Amino acid sequence: MLKVNNIDVFYGNIHALKDVSIEVKESEIVTLIGANGAGKSTLLKTLSGLLKPKSGTISYLSQQINGKQAQSIVKSGISHVPEGRRVFSNMTVEENLELGAYLRKDRDSIKKDIANVYELFPILGERRKQQSGTLSGGEQQMLAMGRALMAKPKLLLLDEPSMGLAPLIVKQIFEIIQMVNQQGTTVLLVEQNANMALSIADRAYVIETGKIVLSGTAKELQESEQVKAAYLGAL
Amino acid sequence: MEWIQQLVNGISVGSIYALIALGYTMVYGIIKLINFAHGDVFMLGAFIGFFAITRWDVGFLPALIISMVLCAIIGVIIERVAYKRLRSATRIAALITAIGVSFLIEYTMIFFRGASPEAYPEVLPNTSIDIFGVSISSKSILILVVTIILMILLQFIVHKTKIGKAMRAVSLDADAARLMGINVDNTISATFAIGSALAGAAGVIFGAYYTRIEPLMGVLPGLKAFIAAVLGGIGNIPGAMVGGLVLGVVETVVSAFGFSLWRDAAAFIILILILILKPSGLFGKNTREKV
Ligand SMILES: Nc1ncnc2c1ncn2[C@@H]1O[C@H](COP(=O)(O)OP(=O)(O)OP(=O)(O)O)[C@@H](O)[C@H]1O
Ligand SMILES: [Mg+2]
Repeated sequence: MLKVNNIDVFYGNIHALKDVSIEVKESEIVTLIGANGAGKSTLLKTLSGLLKPKSGTISYLSQQINGKQAQSIVKSGISHVPEGRRVFSNMTVEENLELGAYLRKDRDSIKKDIANVYELFPILGERRKQQSGTLSGGEQQMLAMGRALMAKPKLLLLDEPSMGLAPLIVKQIFEIIQMVNQQGTTVLLVEQNANMALSIADRAYVIETGKIVLSGTAKELQESEQVKAAYLGAL
Repeated sequence: MEWIQQLVNGISVGSIYALIALGYTMVYGIIKLINFAHGDVFMLGAFIGFFAITRWDVGFLPALIISMVLCAIIGVIIERVAYKRLRSATRIAALITAIGVSFLIEYTMIFFRGASPEAYPEVLPNTSIDIFGVSISSKSILILVVTIILMILLQFIVHKTKIGKAMRAVSLDADAARLMGINVDNTISATFAIGSALAGAAGVIFGAYYTRIEPLMGVLPGLKAFIAAVLGGIGNIPGAMVGGLVLGVVETVVSAFGFSLWRDAAAFIILILILILKPSGLFGKNTREKV
């Protein structure tokens, strides 16, 4: 479904991604794990068109999407839940969800999908008229995910959904990720919480200082000594 | 009952400031630029209205609409030509460019038609209306009504329409807005269009009210509208409306007490006070600047 071939991404002269290649197949959950500053968010931003790779290609559903504008990437079915949620704080929960459906024209099914999001995250339904900046961190994460789902993505990019959340909420969110995946959305999940991520993923990549250093099935990586030492040991 | 007439005058002047201030505040909200050319769009609006009335023989309302449409286009051209390429430049570079655009508009206007003033034709009925024994000029009331309608329209656009929601989203977080599929460039252009249209409307209203327009007429009202926007909390739409009205009333009160020479100074004293006492403005949030 998604194929990243040898991309290099720079911030000025900081070389943030070095010759990165990954692949995500239809209906998989693929996770990308790595330490702070490894380049995980950079990769997601490049996939969603916020950054442009200097070299290499990104093909999605056999179309080249590197260098395309973010809005046309969203339109083609990739939704990105950014690190730190980035909900529109001065707008209500419902307005945030409506913005998630910005490119859609089917008003009636947008209403239905908002109702579906409230079913998936009942707390959001209760808070629908509340300013989203006043939601708790967990609620904001749910809102950010609901907002991304409003675009009806085929591929969902999640950037550290567990960040700063209590274990119970993390568990809940990961269950929802699995549920969304079972309903047919492919997921690329960026995480530092390697344990959790590997437990729900099919395949995984490990990134270190801008380079993919390891890849395999989630099971293989869970058992790899290298991963255990670097990412699972501390947990 | 003299003071009621004064109050109405103050509100009329204030609503002109408010209309201009809205453009300042909306543009600041979305790209953090103080568009110093905005007062000159107001001037162009006044002249467009003047030409529409004198050459095409139209009434006040059609002139208002023609001016709004053309100013919207002018605003978008200014943004696309001068500001767009400076999005990632320093603030000061953009600010200096804005001042440059302002001079360019003023002196291009003077180059083509000279600096002499023009007398606006009488397009509004100038009678006195008796309300509870107070006579109030019909002009003031009409201006007030037009302003209120425009402000309601603006609130509707900003809060209920798709483009309005996109404008709010982009001003809160441009990258997150991109991830929703919002075209940020178009949204910024739309903001310039709407802000400039309001300035154009203010220009025609100003002409109809004060009956004298000239190429540098945008300088002082532009500055005062900027002060009104700061007073209300720059970036805040209701704040700009209230800031404009407050400024207009204060000015009129200062003149009414016989200090008419201090009228213009009053605005700047307000600016200094607000910057000392509450830099975020009456309605501003005390948030730190995003980096
Ligand atoms: N806007 C930027 N300008 C310059 N350098 C940046 C920028 N954003 C990220 N970087 C650098 O690029 C590298 C990768 O950053 P990135 O945000 O992708 O890391 P990450 O893996 O997501 O880390 P974290 O887990 O902390 O979110 C870092 O060294 C970072 O300092
Ligand atoms: Mg990150």
